[in-house]
Amino acid sequence: MSILNLNIKVWRQNQNSNKGQFETYQVQANEHMSFLEMLDVLNEQLVREKKDPVAFEHDCREGICGTCSMVINGQPHGPLAATTTCQLHMRFFKDGETIVVEPFRANAFPVIKDLVVDRASFDRIIQSGGFISVNTGQAVDGNSIPIEKNRAEKSFEAAACIGCGACVAACPNGSAMLFTSAKVTHLGLLPQGEVEEDKRVQAMVAQMDKEGFGMCSNIGACEAECPKEIKLENIAFLNRSYMKAVFTGE
Amino acid sequence: MHRLAEVSVDIIDQCVAQGVPFAREYGGLLENRSFGGVQVSRTFYARGQTGQQLLIGAYQALSRQIGLGTVEMYNRHEMVELVLIDGKARGIIARNLITGELQRHAAHAVVLATGGYGNVFYLSTNAMMCNVTAAWRSVRKGALMANPCFTQIHPTCIPVSGDYQSKLTLMSESLRNDGRVWVPAKKEDAEAIQKGKLKGVQIKEEDRDYFLERRYPAFGNLVPRDVASRAAKVECDKGHGVSPTGLAVFLDFSDAIERYGKTEANKQGQHNLTKEQIIALGEKVVAAKYGNLFEMYDKIVGENPYKEPMKIYPAVHYTMGGLWVDYNLETNIPGLFALGECNFSDHGANRLGASALMQGLADGYFVIPYTIGTFLSKEISTPKFNPKDEAFVEAEKAVADRIQQLLSIKGSQTTESFHRRLGKIMWDYCGMARNEEALVKGRQMIRELREEFYKDLYVPGKADEFNPELEKALRVADLLEHGELMMVDALTRKESCGGHFREESVTPDGEAMRKDDEFSFVSAWEWDDKEPVLFKEDLVFENIKLVTRSYK
Repeated sequence: MSILNLNIKVWRQNQNSNKGQFETYQVQANEHMSFLEMLDVLNEQLVREKKDPVAFEHDCREGICGTCSMVINGQPHGPLAATTTCQLHMRFFKDGETIVVEPFRANAFPVIKDLVVDRASFDRIIQSGGFISVNTGQAVDGNSIPIEKNRAEKSFEAAACIGCGACVAACPNGSAMLFTSAKVTHLGLLPQGEVEEDKRVQAMVAQMDKEGFGMCSNIGACEAECPKEIKLENIAFLNRSYMKAVFTGE
Repeated sequence: MHRLAEVSVDIIDQCVAQGVPFAREYGGLLENRSFGGVQVSRTFYARGQTGQQLLIGAYQALSRQIGLGTVEMYNRHEMVELVLIDGKARGIIARNLITGELQRHAAHAVVLATGGYGNVFYLSTNAMMCNVTAAWRSVRKGALMANPCFTQIHPTCIPVSGDYQSKLTLMSESLRNDGRVWVPAKKEDAEAIQKGKLKGVQIKEEDRDYFLERRYPAFGNLVPRDVASRAAKVECDKGHGVSPTGLAVFLDFSDAIERYGKTEANKQGQHNLTKEQIIALGEKVVAAKYGNLFEMYDKIVGENPYKEPMKIYPAVHYTMGGLWVDYNLETNIPGLFALGECNFSDHGANRLGASALMQGLADGYFVIPYTIGTFLSKEISTPKFNPKDEAFVEAEKAVADRIQQLLSIKGSQTTESFHRRLGKIMWDYCGMARNEEALVKGRQMIRELREEFYKDLYVPGKADEFNPELEKALRVADLLEHGELMMVDALTRKESCGGHFREESVTPDGEAMRKDDEFSFVSAWEWDDKEPVLFKEDLVFENIKLVTRSYK
């Protein structure tokens, strides 16, 4: 088992209104640790020295909750493709390396502390229309509307979005198009969700703009950094659906 | 159980209507598959992330209500106290996790859906935020905690690799459909593997012990979770484990790969292939079935499971115990309801695959909307409660005092280190196999640890700010009491039953032995720091006879 001596250059910012700055810490990690476990070791060290530990968000630690959002060496969720920070292991780093860790940076994601950002703007986009309007207890038989296997799978692939915000952090425009389009595609492909597609897409795009997310200019950094491999074609789906709604909808 | 079975069909319909993308057959109808502990295909699924997709469905439905203004959402708030007025639950004290502000929320009733306490073991497959606090604060106000010792240990997890480990990763149960579980039959082979001098693939077929197939020929590698977990522990305890720590067994896909490869070759009409070519074909089939899991394993462990057998070990996954509730999901405190994993109902001593999702959704969508009315109908003329009432003021003060107490210890040890030690005690003394002597010792160790916690804890920062260390300290303080109650419960139940295995209660061939004459009851505990008080709720079976299922 090899031991890595690392310099962790991490963003420290007490709250959103304060100015932040980088601080560098020495951490000894072993190659089997996950990136978050390496930060645990750093925090144990800091607490023992009676210093303020680095705030970072985490919960499931198995790549599905989408909270462990941080930019590692310039890339959201670090260097590995299709991998969240919690599933990134230290064997992908070199002994003696300096690792730069920053929060997701976007106007619509204000910093709460250090690496923790507030992504309530994503919640509000979903609240504006990212659902199917059905009340509990009123559902018809799940088999009454057959859904083609391929269609169900395509919908599933869009539904795999974990809402982490890496797409926004990766985008030079700070656009939330990949996130929003994943939900529009997920629900729009299902017959249950298709009926209110016009309303949904317009409401979600309006909310996205209101939250201060930028415009999409088809750069594709979002797709490259997405830990769940959400495809750019979802954005095309949203655009088509939006055009249709604007010109033919209510 | 009858009600759960009845509404389970509605759950699928409800989720489909919400837009959960369940797997479909080519004809467009919903697809089924088999799952742990059952031998028929009857589980609806969405690839390997059914739970996640059901959660997203519920999140969307909730988001819609928030948008409509029928639900007010408090993100990043944690319940830290239950408020009682005249013996009824009338609100909570919550802590705003961003500002540290304590808030009073008054209501006619309180519904908890706060999950299980698997993290009492420190290492588990639960998310890091899972804790017992909401349930335990209710216990401290008089709610009963039922069957706390019933914990489920899942057999297919990635083994522990070091002290720094924070969490265990679950590999899907579906792997046992095709993987064969084994350890080296010779101890010297196992030792060589532990030291890294030998690899699993180098062990000859006749020197392998497929212990699940040997002990349980009828179910083989598909025995229920508790049986598979204990069998792995038995082999590792005998010294046949296969990781540097000695705590792992192999899950081997080489037979499945070869078998699928042959079928695939026949399908393609190729009958003169070399073994390598057949294996290459088989690997493709296995990749189509389990590709994402194999990738995940490779990512975490750094070994290619197509070429080397996987290493797995059991880990804590689910807690069947929880707050005692009646048929209406109401606790013994009037107006306090508990839903999902945080109550004790439905799963007895051993939960079967997929049924936690079923229970959580049934409780939330189809049970509580009807049963809470029974309580509220009697409160129709009760006016709204005022958060300025004395009961709220007192409850808030109690929380503020508790926080101050933790902050003012200013000792030398971190919350994390206490949590880790608690987890080790729980795992060693109240884990997969339990006995009287260990449980007595374990209980004493927890009491000592708790004393040390209140003497030597160090929590950095202040009360009125974003302070994750303080959050953790408040949760660990509650786990330190709950852990003791689990030991007490395990001590009292002198039988083996489901996830609770007492070494004193086994059949001549080492299998779990229930004692239905003496222990056919639910243990519901009232907390007392000196000696918790036991209430027994008898289990009465009118239409079925109690039997023991055989997997042999």
